[in-house]
This record gives sequence, structure tokens and C-alpha cells, in this order.
Amino acid sequence: MSSVVTRAPAIGPEGGTQGKLAKLWESVYAARVTYLFLLPFFSLFLAFTVFPVVLSIVLSFTYFNMLQWPTWIGWNNYIRLFLADDVFLISVKNTLFFSAITGPLSYFMCFIFAWFINELQPKVRAFMTLLFYAPSISGNAFLIWTLLFSGDTYGYINGFLMYWGFVDRPVQWLLDPTYMMSIVIIVVLWMSLGTSFLVFIAGLQGISSSLFEAGAIDGIRNRWQELWFLTIPAMRGYMMFGAIISITGSFNAAGQLVALTGPTPTDYATWTVMQHLNDYGNVRYEMGYASAIAVLLFLTMVATQKIVQRLLNKVGS
Amino acid sequence: MLGLQLRKKRLSRSTGGDLVIFAFLAAGAAFMALPLVFAISNAFKPLNELFIFPPQFFVRNPTMNNFTDLFVLMGKSWVPISRYFFNSVFIVSIGMLGNVITGSLAAYALSKHEFPGKNFLNELVVLSLMFAPAVTAIPNYLTISYIGWVNTYWAVIVPAWQWTLGLYLMKKFIDAMIPDTLIEAARIDGASELRIYARIVMPIVKPAWLTLVILVFQQLWGVTGGMFIYAEELKTLPYALSQLAAGGIARQGVASAVTLMMMSVPIVIFIINQSKIVETMGTSGMGGE
Repeated sequence: MSSVVTRAPAIGPEGGTQGKLAKLWESVYAARVTYLFLLPFFSLFLAFTVFPVVLSIVLSFTYFNMLQWPTWIGWNNYIRLFLADDVFLISVKNTLFFSAITGPLSYFMCFIFAWFINELQPKVRAFMTLLFYAPSISGNAFLIWTLLFSGDTYGYINGFLMYWGFVDRPVQWLLDPTYMMSIVIIVVLWMSLGTSFLVFIAGLQGISSSLFEAGAIDGIRNRWQELWFLTIPAMRGYMMFGAIISITGSFNAAGQLVALTGPTPTDYATWTVMQHLNDYGNVRYEMGYASAIAVLLFLTMVATQKIVQRLLNKVGS
Repeated sequence: MLGLQLRKKRLSRSTGGDLVIFAFLAAGAAFMALPLVFAISNAFKPLNELFIFPPQFFVRNPTMNNFTDLFVLMGKSWVPISRYFFNSVFIVSIGMLGNVITGSLAAYALSKHEFPGKNFLNELVVLSLMFAPAVTAIPNYLTISYIGWVNTYWAVIVPAWQWTLGLYLMKKFIDAMIPDTLIEAARIDGASELRIYARIVMPIVKPAWLTLVILVFQQLWGVTGGMFIYAEELKTLPYALSQLAAGGIARQGVASAVTLMMMSVPIVIFIINQSKIVETMGTSGMGGE
């Protein structure tokens, strides 16, 4: 139906703001069917995402303990975070380190493995996709790693190392700050071939084969050239999707870390910003303070996303 | 040769490159598979093998005891286990259906329609992906209790109908897979927008929403009801199974059986959908094979 296509608004006799408003109304009215398409999602989105986010931005400037009405304290939560909360600063350091490694690595793993798997025959491809995707789909199966790295002699790694005489007493893998962060990073990377990996697989399969045939005629010599000049440009939309998943996944990490190194890790060695947020939000019920942490985390992620977007725009062009 | 043979031999493929890829895939596959093999092996271990020293990776005397113990415990459950199962199936299926419908409707409009506010909404969707869900939980609890949905299925189903990631995923696929000219041609032929959505857009992006189904299933399958559902007869299967598995060393065998059962369901869903995705790719003539 032509009613959806925005028609050029008729130029009315009056100019100025009134004319602009009339024009806007006309284009809104012309797109009325579009708004019906958007309505189910965005009305729920407004209630369950926009409203809570706006509320917590406001709350970040208050003291709110969930029992009394919030009191306005201006920038105090933010000042406290940076000047009076040493544990927060540790968590910032840990999160930046953790994200700098797991973010890019998980992203490249997702793309490279999806691309490799796409080169296989369909049946083998389905099997390999399952194998690589399985760790992230299997719920709390990652707790297997706590058995592997268990600190007593029953731990598989300790058992192996002691059996062969590499160590003479069990190593406290998940309690010793020397190893904790590395182990957590290994496990998180193991689980990271999730959403973006699947999307990359589906995206790669959706690229028309005529693109590659045309490329071969145009002088594409090997698969690396094909990747750079044809595949990546065709995948650009999905690449940004994957980047957002990697950014949010690495900056928001908390659950797997708690499951591996416990709710109170030794020397806060694996304490992340998200754990700090959960601690204040769900344990101490200082919602204002927790909201301030969420706002800072949000701004960091948005900034990272903008940088990645710029980088991605340069790739493959 | 072990799947290394390419889907079709192209001039641009060198044997050396094939070997590099094969080496990478083999190493990756081993890294990914080992803990899963371990989980499967553990589920069939008798209790004494679970606590043996030095620990064994593979099971030596496989037994079904862990599963029979689990079924005995299930039978003793105060709320019949079939009720938990129904709750999970209901939440997952209704949640998934609504999620795919609302997400794909909005994604089509955001991708292919022109209207005032389009850029704003697109920006908003991306920004909302980056806000920590932990702080929005409490306002959402207040909203849900205000509506009166606490202790009903809707408390977990309806919020799942606005999964921004799903919308964003659908939009990216519609952007990439559907040429504007196709939509314009259909409009000229007099097709209504709803018809274009249902008969043209959705069939072409079937791989996208099949992928979405896998992702949403995974999200909803783990739902325990948390702070929203406290009536025992409304709780879900993962909750019931985790209760059966808790109980220290004596339940260690049951716990490993539960781990295997819980992870096998999403894997089965994945296999079914993945085969359909491959099928669609084959028939629609889009790339692939």
C-alpha cells in the first residue's frame, strides 16, 4: 500500500514552525501503518527497558536504600566511587584487563571459526557448528571447569600434575591470585562462541555465491583476498552486531566469575565492576550507588562501541 | 577426507590454506569438546568413580544409577515433575512466539520503512543493549507487581517479548538479505504491508528467525522464575532439577545426570533448527550450497 511510503508533503501557504509541524504531522500520518508494526515491541520496550534505565540514571544522583524515599545528593555517588572506594578502583582495573583480552579475542574467535567452518561440507559444517556452540548453550556445564581446577587432590589438573610429579602438593587454582584471572579468562573464552558465532555462521551462509563467482572473474586469487575484499564487506552489518555482543559480554561479566572463584575472590583478584554493582544493588541495597556504577559502565561501553564502529568502517574498504 | 574436502573446489583455495584451517579447527574442536565429553562421561559414573584418586576422565564401569536415582527423586517430588515440565514448556513456547513476532514486525519497519523518528529508534535500540540489566531488575519488579503479574507466568513471559538483541539481529538480517527493490515491487503489485511481511520478508529471513529461536530458547530455558514466581506449582523444570541435585556428596551422581539432561534439551533444539537453516539455504538459492 502506498500509504507507508512517505509522500513529499504538500507545500502549504504558511511557512515557519507551523508549516514544519504540519509537514511532520503529514509524514507521521503517512507512516501510520509503520507505527502499528512498531507498537507491540516498543510499547513493551518503553515499559521494561526505557523506563527502568531512565529511572536508574535519575537514581544515580540520589541516596536510595529501597526503604526510605530517595534523597538527592548530586554527584556524591560518583565522587565516592573514585575517591573513597578502593575496591571499585580494583574492579575497574580488573574489568579493563579482562575486557581488553576477552572482548577482542572472543570476537576474532567467533569470526575466524565461523569462517573456517563455513568452508566445510554442509553435514560436517552442522556438526562442527554444534561442537563449537555447545559450551555456550549448555547452561551451567561450565562448572565442569571447577572440577578440573578444583584445589584439592581430587581436582583433575592437580591429580594429573601430582601423578606425574610436577607438583608435590595441590595447587589452589581458584584461590591463588596468581592463577585466578588467567583461569577465568580461559573458561570465559571457551564459552564465548555463542550468539555472535551463530549469527556469523548464518550470515556467511546468506552471502550469495554469485558474489564470489564475480570476484573470481575480477581477479580474486586466494581465500584471504576473498575474505578481505568480498566476505567482510558483505558481513559488515553482522560484524557490528558481533562487536556489540563482545563488548557487552566482556564488560558485563560477573556470573561465570562468581561461579568459578566464589562471591568473595581472594584479594579481589577477579572482582569486576559488574560484581561490584551486584554487591551494592542486590546485597547492600544501595540502589543509588549501584545505579551510578551502571551509568559509568554504560558510558564506557558506548564509548568503546563508537570506537569499534569507526574501526569496522575502515575494514575491508 | 575427514570433512576437509571443500563444499566445492574453487580456484582460490590452496591445499596449504586447507591444512592451516584443518589444524585450527581440530585444535579448537578438541578444546571445545573435552569438557562436554567429560560431562557425558561423568553422568554415567558410579559414585565411587566420581571420587576416585587419581581422578579418571572417562568412565570405567558405566551405570545408569545416576539416572534411576534421579527418576526416583522425581517421583517423590511434592509437586509432580510433569507440572514443572509443563510450566517450562509453556513459558518457553509463548515467550518465544511473542518474542519472534514483536521483534520481526518492528525489525521490518525499522529496516525497510521511512518514517519520522527512525534514526532515533535505531540509536535507542543499540544504546539499550549496553545498559547493565542488573539495575533494571528492581524497577521491572515494581512495574510487574503494579500490573499484578507477580506469581503468574506473564511476569517472565511478557518482558521476554521486548528482547532488544533479537530485534537488532532481525534488523541486520533484513538489511542484508532483502533488497529494497523487492519490497517496492510488491507494493506496486498492491500487496499490503502485513502481506509483504508475512509472505515475502519472513520466508526469506527464515534462517534469521530460526537462529533467533535458538537464542531465545536458550534464554528462556534457564528461567527459574526468580523473584517473580514463588508458588511451587508455577516453578520451572530447571528450578526443580537444581533442587534435586542439591544435597552434597550423596547427590553428586544425580547432579551430574541433571547437568547432562539440562544441556541436552537446548542441544536438541539447536540440531533441529540448524538442519532447517541448512535446508532453507538450499531451497531459496541464497548462497550456501
